Amino acid sequence: MHDHPHHGSELDEMTARVKALETILTEKGLIDPAAIDEIVETYETKVGPRNGAAVVARAWVDPDFCAALKEDATAAIASMGFTGRQGEHMQAVFNGKTQHNVVVCTLCSCYPWTVLGLPPVWYKSPPYRSRVVLEPRKVLSEFGLTLGDDVEVTVWDSTAEVRYLVIPERPAGTDGFDSAALADLVTRDSMIGTGLALEPAP
Amino acid sequence: MMGPHDLGGRAGFGPVLPEEDEPIFHADWEKRALGLTLCCGALGYWGIDASRHARESLHPVTYYGSSYYAIWITALTALLIRHGEVSEAELASGKALAPGKRSDSKMQAAAVADVLAKGAPADRDITAPAAFAMGDRVRLSKLSPRGHTRLPGYARGKIGVVTKVHGTHVFPDAAAHGQGEQPTWLYTISIAGTELWGATAEPCTTVRLDAWERYLEPA
Repeated sequence: MHDHPHHGSELDEMTARVKALETILTEKGLIDPAAIDEIVETYETKVGPRNGAAVVARAWVDPDFCAALKEDATAAIASMGFTGRQGEHMQAVFNGKTQHNVVVCTLCSCYPWTVLGLPPVWYKSPPYRSRVVLEPRKVLSEFGLTLGDDVEVTVWDSTAEVRYLVIPERPAGTDGFDSAALADLVTRDSMIGTGLALEPAP
Repeated sequence: MMGPHDLGGRAGFGPVLPEEDEPIFHADWEKRALGLTLCCGALGYWGIDASRHARESLHPVTYYGSSYYAIWITALTALLIRHGEVSEAELASGKALAPGKRSDSKMQAAAVADVLAKGAPADRDITAPAAFAMGDRVRLSKLSPRGHTRLPGYARGKIGVVTKVHGTHVFPDAAAHGQGEQPTWLYTISIAGTELWGATAEPCTTVRLDAWERYLEPA
């Protein structure tokens, strides 16, 4: 259902339905279309996975920040200026040699907006939500991530208002990289747990 | 309620299909749907729990047959009708037939940045002590409430271990139904894959979920 674009008729129907609702609510004085523009611009240009990548990169280079992130992720992330809707209560979960974390919301689409922006369609869709708690290794392998049986896989089902940010392992070959160079290696999927941080270009 | 949204462990939905270079929105109406939903939330009639309940209460045929933001718009429309801010006649005509009741609460464009940056924290102070502590073994409730709940069906009746005490948070099962916030202790519960799925579990897998104290009993 959510994985592929719907046929044109639904798009047209939805365009008409949403436009009608916006018109009615605007005429009733209940919404300001300019506020919608502002919301959309925020999530298109200001709030996205670059925020999370900056958090991860700093955790890799700054041991004090890393400790603060483990202790109180909400405060540590707020100290970098990332606060607000769908990030009110944050927890960072750290990958290691024998520990891999992956995040889901089986009941809806909970996702740490403040650090990752809006979730991709696959994250919100039934295939991922149904399968990743039952067969996480199989799902991860379909993302190209095959983990050994010695690696504990923990699936975090976001059932409350706590939002989870995976801190991937720092890739090898990045000694001496600054935070900006490191952040470029931190993909959105590595912070959901369906991927790893990128290896640096040789 | 184990509605169509309660997907953990179900089969038949096919492969996960990530989209290469996925855009943030797939159509302009999706942008307006996001904005409308957030703006209407500011009117103060409902919180996030009632909003989620409106979506999961859609008939399964509608829920599974609709794209994500279409679910949002259908649920938002139902909430606006329920609270008397939009009528069926208005939807049929596409025009306002009466002024809004809570236009004083309209989210202004200039306020958006602050509203989004502030969010809506769910933690509340209460004095009652926590019944459970880190390391306690607990059984998740077998109850199947007919209303909103955040205990997934796949975890009902299963045994796990408390791995974190989060503090006291708004209780969704109450808040979704206008019964007040009823702040309740919230815990992370770690459940072994084998406890959930028996011999069909993958090796060395664990699920952790957040559960309110009322979902738990000692085990």
